[in-house]
Amino acid sequence: MTKLIQTLVDGLGIGSTYALLALGISLIFGVMHLVNFAHGELITVGAYTAYFFFLHGGSWWWMPIAIIGAAVLASVSMEFVAFRWVRNSSPFTLLLTSFAIERISHALWQIFVSPKQRSFPKPEWVFNQFEIFGVSIEVMDVVTIAVTIATLCVTAVVFKRTMFGISVRAAAEDFDAARLMGTRANRVISGAFAFAGLLAGVAATLILMRTPAAEPSMGSDWLMKAVIAAVIGGLGSFSGAVVGGIVLGLLETLTRAYLPEVATGWDKFSTAVVFIIIAIFFVVRPDGIFKVSHAERV
Amino acid sequence: MLEVDGITTRYGAITALHGASLEVRAGELVALVGPNGAGKTTLLNTVAGLLRPATGSVRFDGADITGAEPATLVRQGLALVPEHRRIFKDLTVEENLRLGGTTASSADRKRRLEEAADVFPVLRAKWNTSAGFLSGGEAQQLAVARALMSNPRLLLLDEPTMGLAPTLVDVVFDLLQRLREQGRTMLVVEQNAHRILQIADRGYLLRTGNMVASGTGAELAADTSLFESFIGGSAGSSS
Repeated sequence: MTKLIQTLVDGLGIGSTYALLALGISLIFGVMHLVNFAHGELITVGAYTAYFFFLHGGSWWWMPIAIIGAAVLASVSMEFVAFRWVRNSSPFTLLLTSFAIERISHALWQIFVSPKQRSFPKPEWVFNQFEIFGVSIEVMDVVTIAVTIATLCVTAVVFKRTMFGISVRAAAEDFDAARLMGTRANRVISGAFAFAGLLAGVAATLILMRTPAAEPSMGSDWLMKAVIAAVIGGLGSFSGAVVGGIVLGLLETLTRAYLPEVATGWDKFSTAVVFIIIAIFFVVRPDGIFKVSHAERV
Repeated sequence: MLEVDGITTRYGAITALHGASLEVRAGELVALVGPNGAGKTTLLNTVAGLLRPATGSVRFDGADITGAEPATLVRQGLALVPEHRRIFKDLTVEENLRLGGTTASSADRKRRLEEAADVFPVLRAKWNTSAGFLSGGEAQQLAVARALMSNPRLLLLDEPTMGLAPTLVDVVFDLLQRLREQGRTMLVVEQNAHRILQIADRGYLLRTGNMVASGTGAELAADTSLFESFIGGSAGSSS
């Protein structure tokens, strides 16, 4: 029982990080019909930002702001420099553009910093545990879950209450109709990228507190998981992305904890099982948990 | 107020409008009628900035607006109620209306929201419902109310009675009458050609991308030969 509770808390912790990333991917898919494979690079940008600041005496007190700021800036620049120019091209062109950004990003970090991993200090409390009703819980899991819940609440308020949020939801449903209302395409799209960058920045902060290191291709693994989470939830569905992220996180930790230990490499085995479950899921429900029937392009 | 001068609009290799011209003066209700596929929707979409004409010009209050962005045109006072209404089904009625007031100041938006709730009691009753749950008649009223949120000087309406039951067609025509009495300038594409021409100041008949006749609403309505040859009798409410 205690093992189950610990596993569930771990799963929620990792799942909420996936959720933040998947939400950003779903948001960009909504307004541009693009699965942004460069979204993971925002984590890399955050990591190198932290590395750079720690070289010059950084502190975890203000580091989250630096990481989030860098991710937002990188996300908006990505749209301005690359996607804006191919916005009216085919979805395939958009997809290739995002792959190109991902590859270029990897190469630039390798050339200008190092192909090797660069690490920096972690917050001292990060692996502390506390005990409650005989179950020991990691502080970091609780922080992750709390920060995610707070971020999702802010997100909900932005999308429900502000004109920007309503415009983004409208543009995701029918872009031309949103333009007829007076929504400026450039503004709503760069706003969506800024917001996706903010969510990725929060995710990056949570990831880097646990594993404080920067590496050129570190964004790609997270990206893969986040795309899978977004697709499980139903691409373009915001609540779907959150549910998809949590489900994926729980699946991963539960299979890891409860699969019989094959003599060696059981870790890989659990990943395989997760992917098999996902494959079966898509046979049963190809559109994800929340089906989005419309997804208009600009 | 609006001068459309010889516009040609193409979809790839297909030319939907061949140098069509029309004019709408301040305070007028102008009807644009014609058979299916005549290019009526293309003309409205070109004026509203969703499509770019290959040749010709569109002038609004004397200024050239050919090929301008819809978002810019809304700010200048031109709004379109598009074909099939295109209300945002995932948004609530209130959110749809707020979005219609994107270009207004927040004080104006608030005031017009209250006005919309007074003018359209059916919308007030479903204020926080997803617009996807509205009936056809309610959705049409929402589409018009949403366009009015920007307080346009010129309102373009594309088939506002499409797919509506006869009693609801009456509701829409009443609404058009009321807007007209308030002095709202309108250009209306409508399948109930006889009926719209009876209340219109002037009308235009479009066929296969060409403007083939124009005149006062009464003149066009009286000219039954036009209807037999171009529209095939008075169109019903089916789309």
